[in-house]
Amino acid sequence: MTDEVAVLGAGMHPWGKWGRSFVEYGTVAARAALADAGIDWRRVGSIVGADTVRGGYPGYVAGATFAKALGWQGARVASVYAACASGAQAVSTARAQILSGLADVVLVVGADAAPKGFFRPAGGDRADDPDWLRFRVLGATNPTYFGLYARRRMAVHGDTPEDFAQVKVKNAAMGALNPNARYRKRVTAEEVASSAVVADPLRLLDICATSDGGAALVLSSMEFARRHGAADPVRIRAVSTVTPRYPSTVLDLPDIATDSAVSVEPADETFRASIARAAYEEAGIGPRDLSLAEVYDLSTALELQWYEDLGLCGEGGGAKLLAEGATALGGRIPVNVSGGLSSFGEAVPAQAIAQVCELTWQLRGTAGDRQVAGARVGVCANQGLFGHGSAVIAVR
Amino acid sequence: MSRTRTPVVTGWFAGEGDDFRLLGTRCSACASVFFPREDAFCRNPGCSGGELVEVPLSRRGRVWSYTDSRYRPPSPYVSDRELEWQPYALIAVELAAERLVVLGQAVPGVAVADLTVGMEVEVVPGVLNEDAETTWTTWHWRPTGVTV
Repeated sequence: MTDEVAVLGAGMHPWGKWGRSFVEYGTVAARAALADAGIDWRRVGSIVGADTVRGGYPGYVAGATFAKALGWQGARVASVYAACASGAQAVSTARAQILSGLADVVLVVGADAAPKGFFRPAGGDRADDPDWLRFRVLGATNPTYFGLYARRRMAVHGDTPEDFAQVKVKNAAMGALNPNARYRKRVTAEEVASSAVVADPLRLLDICATSDGGAALVLSSMEFARRHGAADPVRIRAVSTVTPRYPSTVLDLPDIATDSAVSVEPADETFRASIARAAYEEAGIGPRDLSLAEVYDLSTALELQWYEDLGLCGEGGGAKLLAEGATALGGRIPVNVSGGLSSFGEAVPAQAIAQVCELTWQLRGTAGDRQVAGARVGVCANQGLFGHGSAVIAVR
Repeated sequence: MSRTRTPVVTGWFAGEGDDFRLLGTRCSACASVFFPREDAFCRNPGCSGGELVEVPLSRRGRVWSYTDSRYRPPSPYVSDRELEWQPYALIAVELAAERLVVLGQAVPGVAVADLTVGMEVEVVPGVLNEDAETTWTTWHWRPTGVTV
């Protein structure tokens, strides 16, 4: 087991389509997290920014961009990118600095300003870039991959579009309770079923939108937290940032093909399952110890997949677990009580940080109407394209 | 005016009619197959590294999954914005001999309603788009029961 770090503060800029710069969203979130922690920015020894590829050069050096916006004060800086997993990499970097003694208080910030419509690759003719190739050769947008996964579940596990719609119904009900969510309206199964098909079998309301938003955390050593007067802070007990193992046999964004398993037998465990297992091992806990989970529901079908990958149920048991109400607020293991990506839309580098913000508020018992009673242990999980796993386990 | 037929990506497929094949590479040391082709290094972490030799992939495979694009994909996908968008199916195909899954567009006219997981399909030459000088060619998957 690795030593823990304290979460002193959490803050967000509400998700939406605000039409302003990612710098503004990140700075609002950072100021909120610092205020929540009761820490003066000038006291922060290190800042870690989760990059965005949509903000020009300032997005590639997000750590410095946010440091400048908050007012240069000489802090150590790092900027990291891991697609959807960028936020967890930022948390991981901050934790490593704290545990190694390089810094005692670290500010982690991620923010994005998303375009209208599909995400698209960077410009230019780049035939050596798999992300460019999948668009040029196949027109394979992100939702088409979600559609492939969903259809595969229907064929292998017998899931139905009605099962998928119930994920949206659940998450929309919880998002309606969250002031930081972009979509705050309950949705019925009929509304999902009557929304337009985007990538068969998935409809518009099965697929998460792209959003503007920002999230930030103030992390510190346990020793600093005690001196600061935080006697019983939320603690981060594990951060998983694993990569796949060859041969990777599940078609992953942005790839056009999987690895070949002809000369090396694939591991029994999928990449996504390995993301959670690494976190559980590091934390010394298992799925039965969880009070709640935040998972990356890029699509409704993918949320069911995460139930299985996190070990909340056996393979193929996701739809049944949902139907039993186990993953709703008040259930045995509530999932995405924040409302999830379903209610937020994806603000890529902010999203994994926002997941940890939600865990923090839940573990503090300050999540208001969406509070999971007696929450003690939470996990969040996601996967970034190009082979980035991420999971964080927080406890109190 | 006649257009030049040019593969949308060089070296990924070749041949005409029944001889059309996707082209991958195989490591001479560990026999791992790569598509899209690897020409510099074998990616098997347990392999000391062999020569990567071009190999044609199996013509036929089985549908691992499928979906479609109901909305026009963004650039660099090329489509005529003057015309109403016509959805096309995408099929992920499992090749048994190579033990890998390859994505591709379905032949025009085959929609998701025509497909099932496990169905046999074969690779055929196709056209991705045309501009003033060039017909950009690609591969398509076609159910083996269908003749187009």
